[in-house]
Amino acid sequence: MPATETAASSPLVALRGVQLAFGDNAVLRGIDLDVQRGQAVSIIGPSGSGKSTILRCITGLLRPQHGEIRVGHTRVDTLRTEAELIALRKRVGFVFQQYNLFPHLTVLQNLVIAPTRVAGRDRATAERDARALLDKVRLSHKEAAYPGELSGGQQQRVAIARALAMRPELMLFDEVTSALDPETVGEVLTVIRDLVRDGLTCVLVTHEMRFAEEISDQVYFTEAGVIVEHGPAARIFGAPESERTRAFLHRALGEGPRASLAPAALPAPFPEVLPFERLRFAL
Amino acid sequence: MANDAAVSALAVRAVSARRFGTRFSLRRHPWSVALAAVLAVLGTWVATGTTPVALVFLWQWTPALLWGLLTNIEISVLAMALGTLAGLVVGALSLSPVRALRVLTRWYVQFFRNAPVLVLIYFTTYVFPFELHIVRWTVPFPDWIKVVLGLALPTSAVVAEIFRGAIQSIPSAQWEAAQSLAFRRTEIFRLIVLPQCLRRMLPPWMNLYASITMSTALASLVGAHDVVDTAQIASNTVARTDFTVLVYFTLLGVFFAYCYPIARATRALERRHARH
Repeated sequence: MPATETAASSPLVALRGVQLAFGDNAVLRGIDLDVQRGQAVSIIGPSGSGKSTILRCITGLLRPQHGEIRVGHTRVDTLRTEAELIALRKRVGFVFQQYNLFPHLTVLQNLVIAPTRVAGRDRATAERDARALLDKVRLSHKEAAYPGELSGGQQQRVAIARALAMRPELMLFDEVTSALDPETVGEVLTVIRDLVRDGLTCVLVTHEMRFAEEISDQVYFTEAGVIVEHGPAARIFGAPESERTRAFLHRALGEGPRASLAPAALPAPFPEVLPFERLRFAL
Repeated sequence: MANDAAVSALAVRAVSARRFGTRFSLRRHPWSVALAAVLAVLGTWVATGTTPVALVFLWQWTPALLWGLLTNIEISVLAMALGTLAGLVVGALSLSPVRALRVLTRWYVQFFRNAPVLVLIYFTTYVFPFELHIVRWTVPFPDWIKVVLGLALPTSAVVAEIFRGAIQSIPSAQWEAAQSLAFRRTEIFRLIVLPQCLRRMLPPWMNLYASITMSTALASLVGAHDVVDTAQIASNTVARTDFTVLVYFTLLGVFFAYCYPIARATRALERRHARH
């Protein structure tokens, strides 16, 4: 694991004692988290444990009441103006559970609109980039289609390409396979696996335990708004220290047949995701 | 006479059936066949000098009726334009963060949506003077403009509702997705939300236009010289029962011919949008 060697240098993302509550409902109760440049970090844990909220805090969609969030040299928790948040979000890509593509634009337009309107690139460059990205997510033949004409897995791959079109230095994936049909989960995970191999810094909230184990440098287990345990993927999945981690992994992995780790064997182990997980939103 | 018509219509149909073969049937080309039949009947009447008297009168009054129809179209277009502009402003205010504005606009919308159009037309007719005195000049305030205002009021209320509904129907996830792509709020509204809203607003807006056009028939009640008013004058002048019946059938046909294509286009748009 390259993680341990680079741990000394300053992390790309650092959370210190982050606390956030919606009204009386404390969602995050002091989160510490580090992501080194080039690492893939997975956040796992039961529903409602605040995993997605952590990602939303990192990109400034939510503001914590206490604690520090750094992305590079930017103190995210102190950003106030729209211009400051925009400067941050140009560097951070976000992929949602529900894809959230722009339904009135074609696939290509979905990929081009932000680079041309926000990043100020010229249309020819943006379209060349977009076509290269569509090729990367294996959807070159769909550039003229509208999102409503695509399957869930295809829409999610477009959503990943749309985020990548801004050339972010950090990608956040928020349960990106939870809304998908089992047979299309694999095609999305393949795309993410390629990104991690290319060395893009990624933070994933996921219920795909086998996938998390395979691609992650670090794994964080959250429960009820705190980090219970974190460490290299092999240790968290192989020899978890906490009884709670062990119980969760037992529940998540214990039942159902295990799929092979080989990429060819995807579609991945969907039975690990409980049915109600797929209906759940944001938190 | 009726026999003549039927015979010649049959003849035309037989001729066309022979010429184009079985493919040119009544079922495939109902409008062409109907047109051919009408032309044949008219041709026979003109050739033999047996045209019904009521039809001759209708032909004489046709220019006046069309002129009246132009007034209806003018009223409907102006009322729609005014109502849409006002409605968009009211709709935008109804989404304001200021509570007082929201309450005010809600009352405006509820009041004018639940008022009978005829009452609103009488209201604007008698509330506004028949001429305006601006310093030294006297500007006439014709009845048809008052009708425009009377129709623009309910139009603005409905447009406001259509606009508010369209904006609120865009899921907040669209805002979030655009924010995470580093769009400004104004850009999100202009590039992401508004284009989606316009597509959703177009079909109900067109429906509204068709119903406003039909309401313009009320303009005759306050003295605007529209197509209904012209029909009444024609009916009184000619003073024949068969002509009166014919002229009102014609009115129905004229309104149908104007509004039905709009309804068809609306349905086509709705179906197209359902796919994307």
